[in-house]
Amino acid sequence: MMSGRRTRLAAAVLVGLAGTVGLAGCGGPGADRTVELTVHFSRFSPDHFDVAPGTTVKLVVHNLDPIGHELIIGDAGVHERHEKGTEAYHPPRPGEVSIPAGTTRATTFTFGNTVGERVEFGCHLPGHWAYGMRGVATVA
Amino acid sequence: MRPTRRRKSLLTLMVTTAALAATAGPAFACGGVFSQNGEVNLTRTTTLAAYADGVEHYVTAFEFAGAGGAFGSIVPLPGVPTSVEEGGEWTLQRLVKEVTPPIKDVFRAEASLAAGAPAPAEVLLETRVGALDLTVLKGGAQAVGQWATDNGFLLTPDAPEILDFYARRSPIFLAARFDAAAVVDKGVSIGDGTPVHITIPTDNPWVPLRILGLGRVKGEQVDADVFVLTEQKPTLLAGQDSAGTTLDRQEPASQSLLTDLRTDKGMDWLPQSMWLSYLKVAAAPSELSYDLAIDATGKGTPSAEAAGLLGSEAGTGGTGGTGGLLGTGGSTGNGTGGNSTGGTGAEDGNTGSALALAGVGAAVVVAVAGGVALAYKRR
Repeated sequence: MMSGRRTRLAAAVLVGLAGTVGLAGCGGPGADRTVELTVHFSRFSPDHFDVAPGTTVKLVVHNLDPIGHELIIGDAGVHERHEKGTEAYHPPRPGEVSIPAGTTRATTFTFGNTVGERVEFGCHLPGHWAYGMRGVATVA
Repeated sequence: MRPTRRRKSLLTLMVTTAALAATAGPAFACGGVFSQNGEVNLTRTTTLAAYADGVEHYVTAFEFAGAGGAFGSIVPLPGVPTSVEEGGEWTLQRLVKEVTPPIKDVFRAEASLAAGAPAPAEVLLETRVGALDLTVLKGGAQAVGQWATDNGFLLTPDAPEILDFYARRSPIFLAARFDAAAVVDKGVSIGDGTPVHITIPTDNPWVPLRILGLGRVKGEQVDADVFVLTEQKPTLLAGQDSAGTTLDRQEPASQSLLTDLRTDKGMDWLPQSMWLSYLKVAAAPSELSYDLAIDATGKGTPSAEAAGLLGSEAGTGGTGGTGGLLGTGGSTGNGTGGNSTGGTGAEDGNTGSALALAGVGAAVVVAVAGGVALAYKRR
């Protein structure tokens, strides 16, 4: 019952977000799959998921915390850049999005074709990555 | 430097010397420091909380750490304050000196601190002490966290969980931060401490210790000194196993100490005789998952909830000695469940088992060097 209500709520949110993303031109209509992530106590859940090679995934993040977070997904270079970067806020664009406290935001990411490739995602706000706010997507 | 500022700085120096070495986190047992993309730093806080006739008093000293990246402080409180005003100047300093012999001698020569849209945090009180803006908030972790975010605080990633930990017990928090303009106007210098006296009616005194680990990263250590003054021996419960916290000393408080404390501003409530207990905290942030519960009723049943055990496997009741009852001599007494009378070991804290500091009419003063001081008195 409750989960059904949440599903409907999430679906409604997704519809809204999809519209926003579409208008912003940051996602594109071509997502093959949607993965929903929840942030609670500065942790991603799930912190791991598998994707098929070459999949374009829409990542929908629900931030349940009273503080802001972000989702950055990409290779080591991307994470290094964001960890050292000073950009405090990321508008929704492929592979990165800021999620204000208590809100839901989405971004998209297209995975490569190499089976077994591990792509990390996480939050690079000060101290968050080190705190363990990260996860891994595996191309399988 | 003005004499008063010098005394405040000395107080903070004394406390922080024996306590928290890290500067990015809170150097006090009752407050957590949140960084802010602002103008000033607010780090080491020193606090005294006292309890008399059903009213608990906290006196917290916040140290100004200079410009460049602001910090605010969040202090969990056991109840709603009736007043927030300028506090005394030497109470914590004097307590630290009491357990630091060489310094004590010097002092004697001189002498004589989820999801969705939750209801917003309710601002119960706003005041300013010196250059320090203080706000008493009532609300859940989400609401208080949102308030902090909305007001420019940049909360550390562990803040949501820790705020939730405290909000489940008491929805009252004190947020503090230096006002940059006031700092300039008042000529506040780095290291200056601003003592704040918070008066809180409550029947259940406890000292927040877990928040000491707020913002700390792996590898850092939380070091703090805690002083407890009671009219009789209370029973202290520090989490499940008191990991990282030891009762270093317990004895009747010296008359010179009580006299010196009593002559400080707001400390005239102190009774004529008290027990002094001195606890040391030296723990990894992951170890410090608990608070210090104090039973000053004489029943020997410190609250498991107040110790932060409720909901954990060890927390089997609202009261009781489940977990880390503290004793001197480096040992920790294992409570016997919800009705411990001081632990399974010796009840004499001096012999090294359960700390039995309880007693009807007990008064407790807890000071955390760098630090919090909490004083509790029940009549």
